[in-house]
Amino acid sequence: MKTLIIAASFALAMMAGSVQAKEWKEIRIAFDIPYEPFEYKTPDGELTGFEVELAEAMCKELKADCEFVIQAWDGMIPGLLARKFDAIMSSMSITPERAERILFSEPYYNTPGGWFARDDFNTDVTDMEAMEGKTVGVQRGTTMDTYVTQKMGGIVSIKRYTTADDMVLDLEGQRLDVVFVDYPVGEQTILSKDGFKEAGEPVKLGQGVGVAMRKRDKELANQINAALRKLKKDGTYDEIMNKYFKYDIKM
Amino acid sequence: MEQWIAGLQEQFPILTPATLMQYWEGMVTTVQLVFLSLIIGLVLAVPLAILRTARNPLVCTPVWAYTYVFRGTPLLIQLYIIYYGVAQIPGIQETFWWTVFREPFYPALLAFTLNTAAYTTEIIRGAIVATPAGEIEAAKAYGMDWWLRMRRIVLPSAARRAIQAYSNEVIFMLHASAIASVVTLVDLTGAARNAYSNYYAPFQAFIFVALLYMMLTFILVFAFRKLENHLLKHQKSATG
Repeated sequence: MKTLIIAASFALAMMAGSVQAKEWKEIRIAFDIPYEPFEYKTPDGELTGFEVELAEAMCKELKADCEFVIQAWDGMIPGLLARKFDAIMSSMSITPERAERILFSEPYYNTPGGWFARDDFNTDVTDMEAMEGKTVGVQRGTTMDTYVTQKMGGIVSIKRYTTADDMVLDLEGQRLDVVFVDYPVGEQTILSKDGFKEAGEPVKLGQGVGVAMRKRDKELANQINAALRKLKKDGTYDEIMNKYFKYDIKM
Repeated sequence: MEQWIAGLQEQFPILTPATLMQYWEGMVTTVQLVFLSLIIGLVLAVPLAILRTARNPLVCTPVWAYTYVFRGTPLLIQLYIIYYGVAQIPGIQETFWWTVFREPFYPALLAFTLNTAAYTTEIIRGAIVATPAGEIEAAKAYGMDWWLRMRRIVLPSAARRAIQAYSNEVIFMLHASAIASVVTLVDLTGAARNAYSNYYAPFQAFIFVALLYMMLTFILVFAFRKLENHLLKHQKSATG
């Protein structure tokens, strides 16, 4: 009798598994809003943004019926694991720590690090001799911090900040010559003010942002990777990107 | 010593030579900052405490207002105002003052000094006020003038009464100095934050720095106990 029950439950589990693996006709995708311009609501309440439109295009490609779920950031990974939704497309950077718990698709975008300075700054940030003795501000622990520490440690003096606001204050107050910060952050907090400019070409860093899924849903990951690859190739991706960004975030 | 470091690295794998060097530099900064602010604060606090006990309201009110403001607001806010606020004064960058305020060390030193001077002023004032009236009357009977009385009777006996409260202030100051890292100064806490963000190992980075703070605290406690034993010798029983 016991063996029969075990056998039956195995058969059931396999059936359930095969149903899961067969087709993904319904995908629930989570976003944390607002995070402009990636995902936010328009004044009339419609969910939109770069990642939202990319998700729509991806679902069309997969011929799947997608439901978009709003989820606050700190409940993202727990919600995914608790099956409240099947995928996260909310600017989640791929890190080894996260990859231990969840499955990432191939990266679909990466915001570059940007150099920003006051208008009177005229040094070439790639010229290490000219940069010698300059003071560079970064946010502690970001990929920008790692980049500057590795490339320019010992040449420039590096100041590390906890928040971007404090860093911008010190750039204004002339304690910093130049800051190296996530491009969208710099664009919003620094370039929006008078007297500041971009001080060099944006630099692509890190492993980028990927779609996050449960580890067991390998089939979904394969389908999503294939769809994203197609969108990147056939121009749909570029079309959406150019709608929201003046610079290249494709990956 | 080498064995000790090897054992330490087993417990804290993040303590590479580079990280240890950062912690060491952070410790030097913390000790400099705390030591200098305490010394300058004490030198300021003694005359301020005497002024604070004056009967003339024109003399004692400004001192009261100063200690009230600096004891009534968080040190973090004072540091923010001095560090970020000063940089916002139009034209400050072109003056001599900018050479002082550009780097985070002097703004932090200024904030810490003003803060500890305010607390120490109140500690010493309390000790001065508590001077037994008989001691002062006796000094007057000997024909001592105000200055001599202050120097020989009031301040030495106030120092004995203030020493225990002051040793607490010193330890609080050491711990309060941890906030220096918010203005980009790499003190002990700043070094720990850097180590944390490099290795994503909060326990190791912060427990190690906590041990360092504890070590510094024990040194302070020990030094103050010696000092107390010396100053309060007369209170010991003859047999003990």
